[in-house]
Order: sequence, then C-alpha cells, then structure tokens
Amino acid sequence: MRIELTPRPQIHPLRSLLSPVLAVVATACLGAVLFALLGKPPLGALYAYFVEPLTEVWSVHELALKAAPLILIAVGLSVAYRSNNWNIGAEGQLVMGAVAGSIIPILLPDASGAWVLPAMMVLAMAGGAAWGAIPAVLKNRFGTSEILVSLMLVYVANLFLDYLVRGPWRDPQGFNFPESRDFGASARLPEILSMGEWGGRANWGIVIAVVAALLTLLLVSRTLKGFEIAVGGASARAARFAGFDARATTLFAFLFSGALAGLAGIVEVSGAIGQLQPSISPGYGFTAIIVAFLGRLNPVAIIVAGFLLALSYLGGEAAQISLGLSDRTTRVFQGLLLFCVLMSDTLVRYRVRVHRRPVLTERVT
Amino acid sequence: MSRVALLEARNITKAFATVRACDDVSISLGEGEIVALLGENGAGKSTLVKLMFGTLQPDSGNFLYRGRPVAIEKPADARRLGIGMVHQHFSLFEAFTAVQNIALALPDVPLAGLAQRTREVSEAYGLTLDPQALVADLSAGERQRIEIVRCLLQDPTLIIMDEPTSVLTPQEADTLFVTLRRLREEGRTILYISHKLDEVRALCERAVVMRAGRIVRELDPRTVSAAEMAEAMVGQAIAEVAQRPAPAAAATSTPLLAVRGLSHASDRLFGTTLKNVGFTVAGGEVFGIAGMAGNGQSELFACLSGELASAPEAIAINGVPVGQLGVDARRRMGAAFVPEERLGHSAVPDFDLVENIVLSRHGAGDGTVLAGLLRRGAARRTAKRVIADMAVRAPGTSALARMLSGGNLQKFVMGRELDRELVLLVVNQPTWGVDAGAAAMIRQAVVDLAAGGAAVVLISQDLDELFQTAHRIAVIAGGRLSEARPAGEMSRTDIGLLMGAGETERHLAH
Repeated sequence: MRIELTPRPQIHPLRSLLSPVLAVVATACLGAVLFALLGKPPLGALYAYFVEPLTEVWSVHELALKAAPLILIAVGLSVAYRSNNWNIGAEGQLVMGAVAGSIIPILLPDASGAWVLPAMMVLAMAGGAAWGAIPAVLKNRFGTSEILVSLMLVYVANLFLDYLVRGPWRDPQGFNFPESRDFGASARLPEILSMGEWGGRANWGIVIAVVAALLTLLLVSRTLKGFEIAVGGASARAARFAGFDARATTLFAFLFSGALAGLAGIVEVSGAIGQLQPSISPGYGFTAIIVAFLGRLNPVAIIVAGFLLALSYLGGEAAQISLGLSDRTTRVFQGLLLFCVLMSDTLVRYRVRVHRRPVLTERVT
Repeated sequence: MSRVALLEARNITKAFATVRACDDVSISLGEGEIVALLGENGAGKSTLVKLMFGTLQPDSGNFLYRGRPVAIEKPADARRLGIGMVHQHFSLFEAFTAVQNIALALPDVPLAGLAQRTREVSEAYGLTLDPQALVADLSAGERQRIEIVRCLLQDPTLIIMDEPTSVLTPQEADTLFVTLRRLREEGRTILYISHKLDEVRALCERAVVMRAGRIVRELDPRTVSAAEMAEAMVGQAIAEVAQRPAPAAAATSTPLLAVRGLSHASDRLFGTTLKNVGFTVAGGEVFGIAGMAGNGQSELFACLSGELASAPEAIAINGVPVGQLGVDARRRMGAAFVPEERLGHSAVPDFDLVENIVLSRHGAGDGTVLAGLLRRGAARRTAKRVIADMAVRAPGTSALARMLSGGNLQKFVMGRELDRELVLLVVNQPTWGVDAGAAAMIRQAVVDLAAGGAAVVLISQDLDELFQTAHRIAVIAGGRLSEARPAGEMSRTDIGLLMGAGETERHLAH
C-alpha cells in the first residue's frame, strides 16, 4: 500500500475557511482521548478547559490579558511568515523588548508624566526589533538559517534577563529576591475597567493588540510593502524580477515581527507584572506561532485565534485546580492544536490517495 | 491490416480534474514503422505516451500488446513488454557519469561490464558517447544520447521519443534521424512526438494529429502540405508574421542598447559564465540571439534586465550606463523584460491578474502605486486593457495566473510590458510552451514594437521564430556571443555550426 498526496487543482474557498474549525474540533476530540487516558472524565475536562473560563467576569478579563501578547506577536510573525522568513525567536524578542522598555522605570524610577509609557513602548519596540535584526543580518550576510539563529537567541535573551534581575537591576530593597524594583505609577499600563461589577485585570494591551492587527491588515493588503512581502513569500525569482531586494524584505520582516514582540514584552511587564522577573512569559512567543498559523496569517483571524489559545492557558490553570491535571497538559494541548492545524491545512491543499497493490492471486469464495 | 499491431490503444480516456487530457483515444502502432504524434502544447500527446509507458493510469479504455490485453501499471511493466521511452526533459544526475546514470535506471543489469556494453551499443548505432564522462560536462545532444543508449540497452521493440529534437542543433538532429531510420530497419517501432512539421515529413510515413485530447486526423506527412498539417493541429489557419524591413540608418544612429565586454561569472553550480559579450541594437531593430538551452541565455537575460548587476559601463540603455542599476530603474528608462519562465518569474502563479500587473508596473510611475499605497482600481483597469488588447482568454481580472494556459499567460505578460512607452524590450524564449495562435500573435507584437521605433532583443531556441522576426542574428554558445549578421545572409547550417562552437572549444579544453 502506498499513500500519495496530490495537490488539488483548485482550493475551495469554503474548505480553506473551514480548515481552522476542523483543526479545533479534531484537537477537542484528541484532547478527550487524552483526558480519558489520564483517567479524567473527558467531557468534564473539556468543559473545564474551554467553557469554564468564559463563565466568570474575572476570567474573561484574564482571557483578554493573555490574548493581548499572543495577538501582538502573532500579527508580527504573520508578516514574517508571509514573506518566507521563519522567525521562531519571538520569545527572545519579547524578553529583549521588555528589558529595553524597562530601562526608564528601573534606571529613572522618578520619571513621571504622560511621556513615560509611550517612551517605554518605543524603546521596547526598538529592543525587540534590534534582537530580531540579528538573525536577519546573519541570514543576509552569511546565509545562516534564521530558524536556528532566532531560536537560539531566545535562550541568550532569557539568560540576559536572568543576569539583570539577579545582578545589576536587582531591587535594592527587595530582600535579595531576583526581581527588579516595582515600576512607578507612570510606568504602569492602566487597566481598562478595574472597579465595579464588570471590573478586572484586563489592561489597554488588548486594545493596542487589536489596533496593531488592523494596521497590519492595511499593511499587507493595501501597501506596496505588503505586496513586496507577498511576492517574496510566493517566489524569490518573481520578487527579483519585480525589483524587490530580498535582503531588504528579510530585514523588514524581522524588524517588524521583532518590534511587535518587543511591544508585547513591555505590555506584559508594565501591565500584569509591574516589574522585571527572571521569567516574564509563559512561552507566549512560541504559542504565538500556533496563533499565527491558526489564523491563516490573516491579522483579523489572528485576533480570534489569539483568544482561543489564551483560553487554552486559562483552561490549563482551571483544569489544574478542578481536576488536578498537570499544567503540562496545556503544552500538550497546544502541540495537538498546531499538529491539527497543519494536518487540516494539508488536507485542504492535497488530495490523499491510497494505492493498493494489485491482488495477484484472486480466490473465489 | 492483416498483421497484428504491436501496441494498440483502445478508447483511452484520462481526465485531470475537469480537463480531459485524453478523450476516447484509439491508436494502433504496427511493427517497424515510425509514427508521428502531432499536436500543439496541451493537446494531450504527453499524457497519451505517459499512459503507454505506465507513468499514468487511464480512467477507462485498455491497451493490447500484440493482440493481447495488457495492464501497464508502472514503467517497469512497460519495460518488460519492450516499451522504452526517451523523455523530453532529461532525468539525469549531473554529478554522476554517463554509465552511472545508466546503471541507476537499470537496477537488474549487473554493473560489471555495463560500461563495455554501453560503448558497444553507442558504437553500433553511431551514438558517440564516453561512458565515463561526467553528465555536467555534456551538451544537451550528448545527454540525449545517454537517454537513447539507456533505452536501447533494454532492447525495446517500441521506442517512444518525446520531442527529441527540441534540444538539438540542426546537425545533431540529422545524426539522430540516421539512428532512428536504422532502428526502424531492425524492425523496431518508433512513436515520434513533435510539433516540427519538416522533421515529421522527413522521417515518418504516418502521422496522427491530436487536438484538445482527441485524435482529429490521421495523415501521410509526405503528401499533405505543411500548412494543412498545421491547420489540423491548431484547428484554424495560422496568420503569417508580417515582417518589417530593417531600419535603414541602423548602422549609423546611436544604439538604444549597447553591450560592451559583458562578463559574468556564474555563481550557480553548472551555470554558464558569460564571456566578453558585446552587441548593439538600434531603434527599429529586432536583434535575435540563437542558441541551445543552457548556453548562457538566462544569465544574459538577467544581466540585461538588472536582476544580475554587471560592470557599470558594460550595458548602456540610450547611451546611459546601467550596469549597476536595478530592474526598476531600467524600467523607468523605458525598458521592459519578459523572462523565459512564466510561473514564478514573470508572474506569480497564486496571484490574480491585477496583482500580476503590479508585479512589473509598481515602479513605472503610471499610478499603479501612489505614495506606497496600491491602487487596485488603476491596476485593474490596466489588466482589463491588457486582456482586451492581447485577446487573452481569462475568466476575468480576478483569475489566478496559474489558471491561464501557457499561451494566454504569455500574451498577458507580453501585453503588460507592451502597455507602456518602450524604448527597449528584451524577451527570452517568448513562445516556449505557447500554442501556435498565441505564438504568431506574440511574434507580430514584437515585430510591430520594433517598427514603432523601439529596440528589441529576442533570445530564442526556435530558428523559425528568429528568421520570421529578427533583422540580425547572433548565436550564443558556451557563454560567448558570436558576431551578429543580417538574418537574410544566414542559413540554418551557419547557425547550427555556431551553436556547436562552444562544444568544440570545450572538447579541445578536455
């Protein structure tokens, strides 16, 4: 028996629209099997994962809080991936963005005023972009693999942050805890609605993320730069024929996705956390890769996908509390989802044919 | 016929998605005859032979071999029956020697003595071949000989040849014909696929014409006129290209394109290095560059278009040195370029026609892009105009480029470039894989553009095309360009000798 994948001559638009839905359904089914194997009631676990977090005001706020960095990063990554530049190191760019943005509240703790937060964001974007530029420049100059370089720089960034909060940036009044000083009020990203019946922890990060997604939609669909990115992703030769410089496209893709990852970093640090810690992200930079693909690299669909993956974080916490499941199941779940996204994408683009070997001896029964 | 046919196809149908590539095809091949299978690109010839060779499976219909029903499920089945095939596109590994390539395709033949047998077979049929030569060092003609020898080593009774002369010089083609006649005398059957009518007349006593997946006519090529055969292939009479006289002052006026001492070392493995290429093209002139594929045409095109940079003074458009300028800057000077590959070079397959307009027009300053923003409306109007001007058959401007046939997409690409004020047009193999109707239209457009005062460089492997359109012809071989001579003073033999010049030089170097 031989299994053959042949490309479909035409891709039905409805099919490609249904592909992410199919992926989510398949993930839920596989998840149910996983829970059953772990000895938990599958339906109850799925409820705890996907529904429970939506039933309370505070958890909806948490959802927005976690979706914001995912959306910001994924939107940036979508631009890079559209141009065939594989930035896998958004996690590192997030960390370096957070570090760069924290220069003001940590080194100038007395700084105050309306300029502080925007300045932090600009610094964070510059920091993330600069960290993202490293794999791009190495790729352009020496032909290195941007996948490996960007991924390895994640660990460099994490260790650098670790060094800062244990060394030079450790809070002098912090009882030797590996943490920076708390950010001043001017350096904190305000919550949208902190008081009252509908209040919660969600901050302006989610608004920034949605605005960034919409602006990116304009970039990719209406500008020459977006066209350049699409051509670069579709065919390198056609891009050269069009007069686009592939190196410039690569650099732009990494600067753009790095800047948005850096912005996500400062949103996280100045919002939910309020200081620098050895670990500031539960793997948002990696999860955002799944978000970008689940959203089919479309900025608006990425908003939806971002909320869905944020739900898997919250669901993981909920299942940990109510069912005693390890938080590792969250990672397994996200992995399953990525697998299913890639699978259903393949099924949309290719037809699967199973060739059986001809039966040589036929028996009459 | 009283004799039993060697291979007979009965009511073969094969569909791809909605297209019927073979529609109820029945054909019978007798022993010891050379049968031509004629048809345009996309007529279904290649599909039919792939079915015969077991590369594809028919949806319905069956094959009879010497009167016995057979299932040809894979090429190994075909080989066992005695069917051999020489493919249009070579399936050889460049890094291996000739005999290693032969061994790869014949897993059941013992390697020991294979070089000796290869030498015997190649000598017996006059197919000069060094079994130990590295394929990368061989010309297209020599590579084809490997394929033929590989096929003959299996002692086939039916040999299928898919457009064998498309990569050969006229002299190499003549040598091939001698071999083919010899094979026929031995009682072997040859199915000869081609769209070159003069070859078919010289070689075959029977021709089967396919059009749109069906067999439309069977004829004797020795008695039917070329025009009639062409009409049977295309389904309509083909317009003759009306040639325009060469500009009278061509020699004295300032050339619109001047190439001087252009050299470019190839950075690709097995690419061709350009050596000291020089020529000038005046306004009103079509300058033809002949040559077999892979002799530096793509590199020369890329240097002329600006996709490859060269020494600043090596190329001048309208007297301005442009060697270091990019594609866009050259386009703004009124130059336009049409590369050989359509899908993935001159057009993006998964983009619609509007976006494919933007591809080469975004820097032209014609309103397609304003302040960094795409203006789809303007691009759509251009696309509509191009579709109308060139009679492109497309469902609309939102059709994806890959949905258009080769001929229609090429008309669209040509139209996109011609839809501006041009001083220079450089085209590479403009009618490659294009149906005869579209090819005639494209050639006429090239001739008319020159008649309007622009300079045209036409790089082509098709000698008919060059003689129909070009005023002067030079030949590129091994990265060198011969001196250009007026087309009227050149014969096919002259061009063929110049094409082989690169060969001789390489062999002397060895």
